[in-house]
Amino acid sequence: MLRLENLSKRYKTGDLALKNVSLEIPDGQLVALIGPSGAGKSTLIRCVNRLVDATEGKIHLGDREITGLSMAELRRARRRMGMIFQEYALVERLTVMENVLSGRLGYVNFWQSLFRKFPKENVREAYRLLDRVGLMHMADKRADELSGGQRQRVGICRALIQHPELLLVDEPTASLDPKTSRQIMRLIRELCEERGLAAIINIHDVALARMFSERVIGLKLGEIVYDGSPDGLTPDVLTEIYGEEDWEATIEKVEDDDESEASDDGRAA
Amino acid sequence: MSDASTQYADTWKKPPFIKNSVLRWLIYLGTVTYFFVALYTMEVNWPRVAEGIPRGIDMLSKFFPPDLSDSRGVILDGILESIWMAIISTIGGILLSVPIGLGAARNLAPTWMYLFCRSIIAVSRTFPEVILAIFAVKFFGFGPFAGFVALSIGTIGFFAKLLAEDIENMSKSQAEAVRATGASWLQWVNYAIQPQVLPRMIGLSLYRLDINFRESAVVGIVGAGGIGAHLLTSVQRYEYATTATILFSIIGIVIALEYTSGYFRKWVQ
Repeated sequence: MLRLENLSKRYKTGDLALKNVSLEIPDGQLVALIGPSGAGKSTLIRCVNRLVDATEGKIHLGDREITGLSMAELRRARRRMGMIFQEYALVERLTVMENVLSGRLGYVNFWQSLFRKFPKENVREAYRLLDRVGLMHMADKRADELSGGQRQRVGICRALIQHPELLLVDEPTASLDPKTSRQIMRLIRELCEERGLAAIINIHDVALARMFSERVIGLKLGEIVYDGSPDGLTPDVLTEIYGEEDWEATIEKVEDDDESEASDDGRAA
Repeated sequence: MSDASTQYADTWKKPPFIKNSVLRWLIYLGTVTYFFVALYTMEVNWPRVAEGIPRGIDMLSKFFPPDLSDSRGVILDGILESIWMAIISTIGGILLSVPIGLGAARNLAPTWMYLFCRSIIAVSRTFPEVILAIFAVKFFGFGPFAGFVALSIGTIGFFAKLLAEDIENMSKSQAEAVRATGASWLQWVNYAIQPQVLPRMIGLSLYRLDINFRESAVVGIVGAGGIGAHLLTSVQRYEYATTATILFSIIGIVIALEYTSGYFRKWVQ
């Protein structure tokens, strides 16, 4: 469903963020993208919806080539890709409802969006999504009144109301406590399963990546150095991706009981 | 890292901003010397000052009691004219400023548009309102329309510049998130940028209204309508009691605007 061919990105500063990256993601697959800071994880997912333009290479979403699209075609292609952000990226002074409905901007015309007159089925779906993530009562609150976990749930609703085929998720748990992080990851996984969505999730936390993904891609200095199942992440592989470190504890964590570990970490944090 | 026997310094001084001490002292010395030389060059006619002080005191004493009778019925008219000039030139100026401000934001506009809009702003900022008013009077004749044009153009230099700078400082992630939904440019401005800049812009509009009201008194002196002409006439006729009434009215209105704008700014935040 998503295919990257020899994708490279060089920034104006001369930094080569991605080197010849090729990969293919089938329908409904949840992929975790791990790697140290600066490995090009953010650049990679931003290339897919062209928030960043790749220097070389091609991106195919279904039968559509993303890389050569005009602005109008790109807008249409972006509707098929929902994005969830680090630090949530909600428009803070808009209400929760406006933030969710902003996921429909690619479908409605300017006047409908200016006067907040979205089609009835969009409003109904926005309420249904908010109810699904447990934020029904927050619809009229301003986004900056919400806690971190609540904001990320709104971010998820905004991405889902686009009816995407693919989710691009950039560090969804970076500023959340360990328990909320797990809840958010579990929610993303459940929603992807419910809707048969493929997803690429950039994540720093290796333990979370192992827990919630079906496939892990390790990126180092813009190159893929690991592509395989979460169970294949041995200390050697992690050293290859991140560099020398004692990885035993990171890997053990996965076997821990989910809830008890979450509350332990919560106390520590 | 060092062992326990290392002796650490127990005094610390903030490193000076200018590292070269010779250069630093030259700059200090130069600044002080220039100040005194400049002061010396400014020839003050002390006998004239000695004569003038009692005259000034005499003038101020004639301010009281202010003549509230408004015998020729021009003060109230002039004040009302100044108020409406201030209001419509603020509205007109802001309507012109919004597109120019959007074009002058580096992160929104292509370079040619950025340079074009920045030059409009620069030109508008070069000329003080009273100079603009002299031109406007030449073009449109005496009266408040000339004042309206002059103040509107003056407003562009202020409002468009601050709007552009506020847009350049906005949160990039919020803007990115709305763009990723497939929103069009106008929708993007409406959903991602407007909520971020609106509260400050409302505050600045009220501040500009206050400036335009004060300026309307000045442009009146060159014949561009408003209370200024009457202020000048009253001084030239030695009707200081009338001058006082006009000045106190201006002060009163400026204070009222100050309080109103403070209140509104808190309310919109």
